[in-house]
Amino acid sequence: MSRQYDIIVIGSGPAGMAACKMASEHGADILLLDEQRSPGGQIFRGIELPQNQKRPELGNAYQAGKKLTKAFRKSNVEYVSQATVWQLSPDLEVGYSKAGEARIVSAKQVILATGALERPMPVPGWTLPGVMTAGAAQIMLKESQIDVADAVFAGTGPLLYLIVHQYLAAGIPVKAVIDLTPQGNYLKAARHLPRALPKIKQIIEGWQWKREIANSEIVFIEGATDFRIKGDQSVSGIEYFKGNRWQSLQCEHVFLHQGVAPNLNLSLAAGCNSQWNERQKSWTIETDDWLQSSVTGVAVAGDGASIGGAGAAQQQGAIAALGALCRLGKIEESQLDRLARPYRNELKSEMASRPFLETLFSPADIFRLPRQEDTIVCRCEEITVGEIRKAVAIGCLGPNQLKSFSRCGMGPCQGRMCGLTVSELIADTINEPVAKVGYYRLRSPVKPLLLQELANLKTSAES
Amino acid sequence: MVSYHSSASNNADAVIIGGGIHGCSTALHLALAGMSVIVLEKDYVGRHASGVNAGGVRRLGRALPEIPLAVASAKMWENIEGLVDDDCGFESSFQIKVAEDETGLEQLKTRSKEVHALGFSHEKIIDQKKLQELLPAVASHCVGAMMVEGDGFANPFRTVQAFRRKCENSGVVFRQGAKVNSIKKTGSNWSIHTPVEMFETVNLVNCAGAWAGEIAKMLGEIVPIEGRAPMLMITARMPAFVTPVVGVQGRPLSFKQFANGTVLIGGGHEGQANLETNETKLDFAKLAISAETASRLFPIMRNARIVRCWAGIEGVMPDRIPVIGPSQVEGAFHAFGFSAHGFQLGPVGGKIMRDLIIDGKTDLPIAPFRIDRFVKKS
Amino acid sequence: MIISLAQKNADTVNVQLDGSPLKVRRGLNVAAALLEANVTQFRRTPVTASPRGPFCMMGVCFDCILTIDGLANQQACMIEVCEGMEIERQTGDGGLQTQQDDQNVPLNGSGL
Repeated sequence: MSRQYDIIVIGSGPAGMAACKMASEHGADILLLDEQRSPGGQIFRGIELPQNQKRPELGNAYQAGKKLTKAFRKSNVEYVSQATVWQLSPDLEVGYSKAGEARIVSAKQVILATGALERPMPVPGWTLPGVMTAGAAQIMLKESQIDVADAVFAGTGPLLYLIVHQYLAAGIPVKAVIDLTPQGNYLKAARHLPRALPKIKQIIEGWQWKREIANSEIVFIEGATDFRIKGDQSVSGIEYFKGNRWQSLQCEHVFLHQGVAPNLNLSLAAGCNSQWNERQKSWTIETDDWLQSSVTGVAVAGDGASIGGAGAAQQQGAIAALGALCRLGKIEESQLDRLARPYRNELKSEMASRPFLETLFSPADIFRLPRQEDTIVCRCEEITVGEIRKAVAIGCLGPNQLKSFSRCGMGPCQGRMCGLTVSELIADTINEPVAKVGYYRLRSPVKPLLLQELANLKTSAES
Repeated sequence: MVSYHSSASNNADAVIIGGGIHGCSTALHLALAGMSVIVLEKDYVGRHASGVNAGGVRRLGRALPEIPLAVASAKMWENIEGLVDDDCGFESSFQIKVAEDETGLEQLKTRSKEVHALGFSHEKIIDQKKLQELLPAVASHCVGAMMVEGDGFANPFRTVQAFRRKCENSGVVFRQGAKVNSIKKTGSNWSIHTPVEMFETVNLVNCAGAWAGEIAKMLGEIVPIEGRAPMLMITARMPAFVTPVVGVQGRPLSFKQFANGTVLIGGGHEGQANLETNETKLDFAKLAISAETASRLFPIMRNARIVRCWAGIEGVMPDRIPVIGPSQVEGAFHAFGFSAHGFQLGPVGGKIMRDLIIDGKTDLPIAPFRIDRFVKKS
Repeated sequence: MIISLAQKNADTVNVQLDGSPLKVRRGLNVAAALLEANVTQFRRTPVTASPRGPFCMMGVCFDCILTIDGLANQQACMIEVCEGMEIERQTGDGGLQTQQDDQNVPLNGSGL
């Protein structure tokens, strides 16, 4: 019998940390597993590093994470860092590996807080050395104090403006920002603005970053309708289509970004139901008011279920923990709504700007449904747009059937970099809704596992 | 592809329940003989065992009653492209079953004698020296093996799709998402109901895999079939180190490396199958055993990366040989329960069904597979 | 151009890249350390031998995989540098360390 905890939390970003804090306050026996070296997830990456204690250029949101991280550290949680979770079974058995050793632990309740990853942005040339994501730029800035000078930043979304703002504040030269926000989005988004009032400060902040970029020496291009990266063995430049012609810029580094999507491989492999969110153009995990998924005992909180941002994730983590605590009998059901109310109010306020942001920064069709046939879609196995459309033409009607016609989706990233594109491409080719086409059927291990690790698998009771 | 016909064409010379390899092979053979055929598949063609198995094409180690069928099927595999216009990814080299110790080798030798006594010479015993020559990467403690030249493997999903395409080109109608929920007989006419349609025929064929027991029950035949979920693992690409398909005497293990370098590890440890929801549950403690066997047999595999595990849903009989033959009810026929080794028998299975339906008999010895070996008709 | 914002006299460790010595800043993950050393190409892909480098830096893209201390396909962005580390760039999915004690295994066939 493996060691059984009250609650296992997976992911130490804002949702995971908030869940741990709440659960610890009510005396639960908690295990937190996270892949990275230190807590904070991606948004608060490197937040405990001494060099990051006084870095205003990283922004207010980042600084706010310090409070939560400190509270997390004070809470009574068994925290295992550098733990790669590869399985969550319907019986709530969690398989993970650390330092080459695999083990299985179990819990009465599980809270998944797996966060987000960057949406794929499959433009020609996106696999060349020198191309990275805006998130990668953030991580290098926060954790490694490494910047890339004279890079081109391309795409859409608040994170794009944020990272360039951070570069400007740090005095790092930026070659260009190619803002690919579709021009028509501004009008569509405007009607969501009144509702977004509770978060108007953040919206204004984002707009100020954009203005700052436009007024700086950075080449700032808006209104381009196509984009590609040039180079042979590595990036040599970029091209954008504007004013009816292709225009080019030389550079050696490109940072791409067009929003984030839930990192839901573990949730899906665990059997949680998902649904297609048309405005977010991504799959989200179905959850109830207490963030419970369709799998009994498994809650999914934060961006890992549906994108809402760090503030929302923090509230959801607390709410998910309250639900779990009640099911464990550590909180009276009669107390539950009262305890959750302040978090629900905050959550509502946090989510107020989502319709506005999602509409404004909705990526253009051309960057989700690449037109150039030789554009790589599945990075791991180098499957192109043309190969996928051809497979569909000979009868492959879904991402899972596609895996039998080619190796699309069968590489080590297990669909994280290609899944959204593949589902949308197939839907577009056969003219069916994405919801009907579906997504890859995911199984454990959700991250590769060494045969040796599996062979030596311990249930934690034996170790 | 689902195609919509008027109710007039819901009538065919044969209706086959189940779109796996046996359903498609039967459909093809009947269509080539001039019959009109409809295949009713509750999910999509190749969704279950046929599409996700280990793809083994072997005569090696078959239960004795299956050997004549496997030998006949192997000949068909040699010219599979002639049958379905696709080579199905079939690669023939040899299959080999390794003995880790003297006891295992003795068991293999005894088995080999039995097979030779039946008049079949495809299984050969090889010694340690020959084993190490054929499998340089095998662990040095292995003492010998049994091998069959010409055995190999194919791509299961691709094979079923090839059969399906050839069927469609030969006029077979496929209805996917069509789950049979009741069957009635009036005289010699079967009426077969799905939630939205009815089909009529005089020849009903049950190739419903793990769900064949449910279909048999609709005919009044109770069979002790179980849905089981043998688990498989596939690794990331590795440099080529093994050509044949490898098994181990006395342990469930099947091991093969594809041309792209990935290694498939299967062989029999089971998870759990849910016949209602099509879901399978993996058992990592048991997978750990497979992993241990594989890495003990091929030390080079220790640092192989497992990138995916899965399990298909197989129909398993208590004696681990299939049900093949006429139903106890006139006008119905069965081919199911292949107990996780039905893939290789697909080509010949369809031919046997065709013989039974059209000629009323078959030359191949199918008596051991009678449905009434379990229980008489209720 | 890759710029380091760290102090000039930051602590370093000695590693090897493809057999050549390299000094890298202590505390960095391997991907960041190599980027700081201006190494942007980490591997060649199995199918077309195309050059790849780190992409996401958070462990989801698997483009930064390297052979580290003999173990192939390690996500460089998830591993911290340490003294004496041996880093090798891979073509395809990397070779396998045959650490067995009983035989020297000749690998039939070419790599991929």
